[in-house]
Amino acid sequence: MTVKGKTLPQVDLPPLRQVGRPLRRVDALGKAVGATIYAGDFTMPNMLHGKVFRSSEPSACIKQLDVNKARALPGVACVLTADDLPDGKLITDMPGQTGQERRKGSDAPVLAARRVRFVGEPIALVAAETLAIAQQALELIKIEYEPLPGVFDPLEAMKPGAPVIHVPDNIVSSWKIRKGNTEAGLAAADLIVQNTFRVPFLDHAYIEPEAGVAWVDDQDVINIRVCTQVVEHFRSIAQAVGVPHNKVHVRGTMIGGGFGGKEDITVEIFLALLTKETRRPVRLAYTREESILAHSKRHPFIITHRTGVKKNGRITGAEIKMISDSGAYPYLSPYVLLYATVTSCGPYRIENLKVDSVSVATNNPFTSAFRGFGGAQAAVAYEQQMDEMAKALAMDPLEFRKINYLKTGDSNAIGQEIKSAVWLEEEAMQALAALGEKETISDDAIKVGQGFATTMQSYGRIMWFHDTSRSWVGIEQDGTVVVRCGAPDLGAGQANSLCQIAAEVLGVSLTDVTFYNSDSAVTPLAGTTTATRQLYMSGNATLKAARMVREVLLDHAAEHFKKEPSNLDLADNKVFIKSDPEQWLSLADLSKMCAADGLKLQHLALFRAPFTDKLNPENLQGDVFPDFTFSAHAIEVAVDTKTGEITVLKSVGCHDVGRAINPIAVEGQIQGGSAQGIGYALMEEVQVKDGVTRTPSLSEYLIPTAKDLPTTKAIILESGTGVGPFGAKGIGEPALTPAAPAVANAVANAIGVRIHDLPLTPQRVLAAVDRAKKG
Amino acid sequence: MKAKAITLNVNGRRHQVTLFPNVTLLEALRDLSYTDVKNGCEKGDCGACAVELNGKVINSCLVLAWQADGAQILTNAGLGTMESPHPLQEAFADAGAVQCGYCSSGMIMAAKALLDENPNPSETEIREAISGNLCRCTGYTQIVNAVQMAAEKMMQQRAQE
Repeated sequence: MTVKGKTLPQVDLPPLRQVGRPLRRVDALGKAVGATIYAGDFTMPNMLHGKVFRSSEPSACIKQLDVNKARALPGVACVLTADDLPDGKLITDMPGQTGQERRKGSDAPVLAARRVRFVGEPIALVAAETLAIAQQALELIKIEYEPLPGVFDPLEAMKPGAPVIHVPDNIVSSWKIRKGNTEAGLAAADLIVQNTFRVPFLDHAYIEPEAGVAWVDDQDVINIRVCTQVVEHFRSIAQAVGVPHNKVHVRGTMIGGGFGGKEDITVEIFLALLTKETRRPVRLAYTREESILAHSKRHPFIITHRTGVKKNGRITGAEIKMISDSGAYPYLSPYVLLYATVTSCGPYRIENLKVDSVSVATNNPFTSAFRGFGGAQAAVAYEQQMDEMAKALAMDPLEFRKINYLKTGDSNAIGQEIKSAVWLEEEAMQALAALGEKETISDDAIKVGQGFATTMQSYGRIMWFHDTSRSWVGIEQDGTVVVRCGAPDLGAGQANSLCQIAAEVLGVSLTDVTFYNSDSAVTPLAGTTTATRQLYMSGNATLKAARMVREVLLDHAAEHFKKEPSNLDLADNKVFIKSDPEQWLSLADLSKMCAADGLKLQHLALFRAPFTDKLNPENLQGDVFPDFTFSAHAIEVAVDTKTGEITVLKSVGCHDVGRAINPIAVEGQIQGGSAQGIGYALMEEVQVKDGVTRTPSLSEYLIPTAKDLPTTKAIILESGTGVGPFGAKGIGEPALTPAAPAVANAVANAIGVRIHDLPLTPQRVLAAVDRAKKG
Repeated sequence: MKAKAITLNVNGRRHQVTLFPNVTLLEALRDLSYTDVKNGCEKGDCGACAVELNGKVINSCLVLAWQADGAQILTNAGLGTMESPHPLQEAFADAGAVQCGYCSSGMIMAAKALLDENPNPSETEIREAISGNLCRCTGYTQIVNAVQMAAEKMMQQRAQE
């Protein structure tokens, strides 16, 4: 593949003082010295230990459940079953979204009553004086199942006569796109390329298993300290437990990784029920095995592309079919499928497009959010399809893509106009240039290949969710700054970005800013830390709040200096006259003067994303996402054709992030996303056989170690055209999306044959090499 | 099972505790509020619970507390503090090696063990040394950078001494 030098479009971004600098994140040192307290680290006086009794059957009736012996065990404070629950529904739809109608049938039982639908489904809860007693109590619970026929393959589950998981049928969700005339488009093609790609179940494998501690306080409020991406779950928790919304207080901690796996409710309702019942503090922490059984998985997808293309490389039409396995309960499957559908044909102009997507219930583990949220699965398919088409046309993969890339002002698959910069070509070129020449390896059995992928991934929530965020910024009388914002921090630097934005606007150093976050009662509600939305949503809210404080400061300083506010600026903890910086006043003095005059030095700001109405699922056409991040990833691999082993030699990620608030944090997102994508391509798979998870630990479910990965070079481009603060785009999910297809394309480039299923295990590589030999 | 009184010397503090033989060092340390020692798997797969036991880095989930009776135990929190961080801790914070932070304490202990033996390691040696410590956030690049930064700083410090 050829890489020609190309200069980037010139962008003049306004100079900034704090934003854009690779500063030490506000949360970094506390974590590095081990001072940060995580959800599992809290203990309380008189605390009980909780445990969950779970189904061992993938599909069964509970004939008998006897907890009497467990209840009678000395040291057991309580055992709860479905019979003890007031309502007992776990709301799985639209986590954290304010005031929205939820899908009918989207709820799951908190504790299974008569029927279990997957292995690991919760049935009973125990609280005891010690963990050992709680464990012993679990063993004393007697249960008798009557096995029912199960279905473990979405294709089987769609057939007439298949066991039905939820009445009326196993179709959890479906979306369609009908754009142009696909039949005519395909008929006009010189060549039609058809491929089916499959991706497996994945586990988030955050290093911190789910944990929390809960207690009832003197206002009868249920307090829950927990690692969660969504403190707004307090409403669903209250509903499930049967108390008013204002009697549940979620106190989010720093999260030891989430990646979507801590988006749905995990331990919260169990903790609330146990502490409400016992009126004592309760701790519940999952073991690794329980974590893998209990939380959602990434959706497996089967994706078929049938694409027509002219000899000159122009795509004339495409037909895409997507089937995802939603597992035993829907959770966010409809939305994951929506993301996959909207990005099904990737960042390419396809005028004639027909997409049919379904999500299907099975008795497998339930699937829900995972970084990339359907967009990642879609990209694995469309980027391999693009390489296959280029190969069929004997064209360079980048030259072929360039003919079809979306450009600013074009409409995407659903007719939504792309308003921000689309720098796919530049990104691909930069990534490939950084990859350089292929390494030469003298061993003939080892084949070296290069590949890349260019992708689009939304940031910000689906617009018909009517998303909002709030942030509060205040300046103290010594000139230091406080940010209060409900945004949970996943470890990606969410809180730091807000602090860096406040520091910029108020002219202080990052170290002068203290933040309070992730509290459903004490910090202003900021929405979920999901969907790559916090920088966009809470970043904008913080920017707005800080600017309101700045205005008060400048107005007052203007009176003091007898100048117009526009002639003044804030920097280095001072207000000064722009034309005469020697005339200045410290922020501390200015704040005191403002306080003495009774001025408002604290502001709460609300940021609203654009709102739309729900689109027609029979033909998605309209606006769904606030904007997209466009990305490229390039990979070089060495494939040992004797053993099937793949080594990643080089990895480069190039992303237009609009504006990097903190470049080190952005690099970390790109490198971490790349690592997860490489894991997706090469080794990760939750193996599920007849509904039973065969990889319930980190020695069976393998994620990349430091030895499995090369250094990932992160290239940050800044178009300044995003809808986030200072023109920023989101990077959390977009960082992952291009990596897996780039690896797959590199492997195909190395061995000359395509492996359609992930992960690219040695067995699959050897089989493919065999296939290639046989021609 | 009978409990036994043992002594655990942790970060320069001496603790007398009475424990059953099946209690792991990880559980014992966390019960003593050394919460920087993290529980990630209890099987030796993730390395989040790594501590130094008589100068050697081990996964504390794979050692029974009784086996550490009388031993010197060092955890990440014993290396430095917010006011006076260890060069590794400072480098982890500055290089972006800390994201969620859950693996950081174990990772830093693994890196310290490497630098104790090999003050100027190559990238390959660093990757080998931390290969028993899983990180799901960073992709390890900035962790490798941090270890290199700390190694340089520590060599400079030694040269000045």
